Amino acid sequence: MNSTATVYDTQPKSPPGDLAIWVFILAELLVFAVLFVVYAMARRNNIELFNLHQLQLDRAAGLANTLVLITSSYFVVRAVAAIREGETQRCSRWLWAAFSLGALFLLIKGAEYQHHFSMGVTLRSNDFYLFYLSLTFFHFMHVIMGMVILAAVALKAQRGGYSVSEHTGVETGASYWHMVDLVWLILFPLVYVMH
Amino acid sequence: MKYQSQLVAKPYFIAAIGLFIGQIIFGLIMGLQYVIGDFLFPEIPFNVARMVHTNLLIVWLLFGFMGSAYYMIPEESETELYSPKLALALFWIFLVAGALTIVGYLAVPYARLAEMTGNDLLPTMGREFLEQPTITKIGIVVVCLGFLFNLGMTVLKGRKTSVSLVLMTGLVGLALLFLFSFYNPTNLVLDKFFWWYVVHLWVEGVWELILGAILAFVLIKTTGVDREVIEKWLYVIIAMTLITGILGTGHHYYWIGAPEYWQLIGSVFSALEPIPFFMMTVFAFNMVNKRRRDHPNRAAVLWALGTAVMAFLGAGVWGFLHTLAPVNFYTHGSQITAAHGHMAFYGAYVMIVLTMISYTMPMMRGRAAANSLKSQVVEMWAFWLMTVSMVFITLFLTGAGILQVYLQRYSDAPQAFMVVQEKVELFYWMREYAGLVFLTGLLLYVVSFFIGGKEHAEQRA
Repeated sequence: MNSTATVYDTQPKSPPGDLAIWVFILAELLVFAVLFVVYAMARRNNIELFNLHQLQLDRAAGLANTLVLITSSYFVVRAVAAIREGETQRCSRWLWAAFSLGALFLLIKGAEYQHHFSMGVTLRSNDFYLFYLSLTFFHFMHVIMGMVILAAVALKAQRGGYSVSEHTGVETGASYWHMVDLVWLILFPLVYVMH
Repeated sequence: MKYQSQLVAKPYFIAAIGLFIGQIIFGLIMGLQYVIGDFLFPEIPFNVARMVHTNLLIVWLLFGFMGSAYYMIPEESETELYSPKLALALFWIFLVAGALTIVGYLAVPYARLAEMTGNDLLPTMGREFLEQPTITKIGIVVVCLGFLFNLGMTVLKGRKTSVSLVLMTGLVGLALLFLFSFYNPTNLVLDKFFWWYVVHLWVEGVWELILGAILAFVLIKTTGVDREVIEKWLYVIIAMTLITGILGTGHHYYWIGAPEYWQLIGSVFSALEPIPFFMMTVFAFNMVNKRRRDHPNRAAVLWALGTAVMAFLGAGVWGFLHTLAPVNFYTHGSQITAAHGHMAFYGAYVMIVLTMISYTMPMMRGRAAANSLKSQVVEMWAFWLMTVSMVFITLFLTGAGILQVYLQRYSDAPQAFMVVQEKVELFYWMREYAGLVFLTGLLLYVVSFFIGGKEHAEQRA
């Protein structure tokens, strides 16, 4: 047992986590990439409209959410580091911390939606809002999905389901969460900031 | 075969193949009516032949799914089926109801059938693919409820695996979504929405879960690769299926009076629907390459790989061909759609049911694992004849479709529908010939079951 543990320790396998999640992550990134390209094309056709309505967005909220997600990713990194040292409870606590930040993200984003809807904004308002709402909502759903994965991993860690030698699940969940974060890091400047 | 009750799958599969032959015969009749307009008129008008062709397809695929589930669930749950008697009773109810419905389509005019079956009490008839009289629809629901109850009880008392979870999710979804066929709003746009909730969310949603589960089951059995590895792939594939497939419904909302944003959502998400099918291809070939043994039933492995490839081509590539709104503006409802429909249904759903039949039938007929080599060679001939002829049917229809779109809708001087139909006649003839080859392949497939000989043994332990 010990000898396998050493092998794992000295040679972290690449890519970390399950190969299947990487296939999934690539597919997801492709989905978002297509959405971003279509966004760029639609924006090029109507730059004034996009620039005008972009100003209606709450950049402070967007920036706050960016920080929230980056911090949550850092927590997830700590969780992986903890399990590599065999500290299952500490790993689980870091995961729950990341989960809470995910929830905070949903709250802030929810408040933004609340604001837009109270102003009467819908998918049909104009092309900008069509893209803004569908892109961010699609990402919103991914945050929820990522939180479900984090919670599942955290619960298993709590029960002692991972160890120094076998913690593929933690790395798998972490990889997915980083993707959710990464997509937002592109989405935020693209939709909120770039003028 | 590990459990005696798995044997209830056998009548389901036999009925499925019987109805499949019927479906192909009506396909050939219709194919001929494309070029000889009054062939068999007034006995079997085109619209009736079409209804029988598509309805038989759906019914026999349902028989195939049910048979597959009755075979898989006891083995996955490691216990006998809750009630084999119920399964057999439902089989006969479903078969008789299905046969009566088809007889009804053929014997009396559709409007008369609607009158006879009391459609005015709860109007559900008249929608494409869901033409069944209301009473048949109620029968389908009853059969599904009994079927799900039977399987559910089996799963609950036995081992729970990811494969059975995914399969059950797909089957429950299939039954639930069918309920939308009972709602018939008067607003035509709404009506289409609910209609697609059945049609689209079946074939580009829950049926894919069933397909994935059956494929995973057969690959676990034939390759000996660890269940954990296969289950992970299964999860990734179905997650992608649902992410792209559910919003992909939007590609049906382009020109029916729905809000314009569906053109964006439908285009983007349905353009990505090939991804899960591509993953399925990679998955199937990977598992077979990593196999721990050479299963003696080589025909079943061939069918499994064929499913993965043809589903990707038919559902994935041919679907993508006309799914983007700006393209679909021209191709909507043309022969391109027919091309896609043929290869997608064959590649994804026909082939997966045949995969399962190919894998299970030898065991249900008393062999240890596989038929004789002689029988398998004939079956593989059948595989190639059917698959290659389907490729040609698809190519000919695509050719007809491209010409049709150009002459009728795109050129500077668009021509009338019937004028164009005559110009593409050659393609329809070639499609009909390819259809005859398909029928030959299907008959050969049936023949392969009756070829005896010594059982083909495993080559490598």
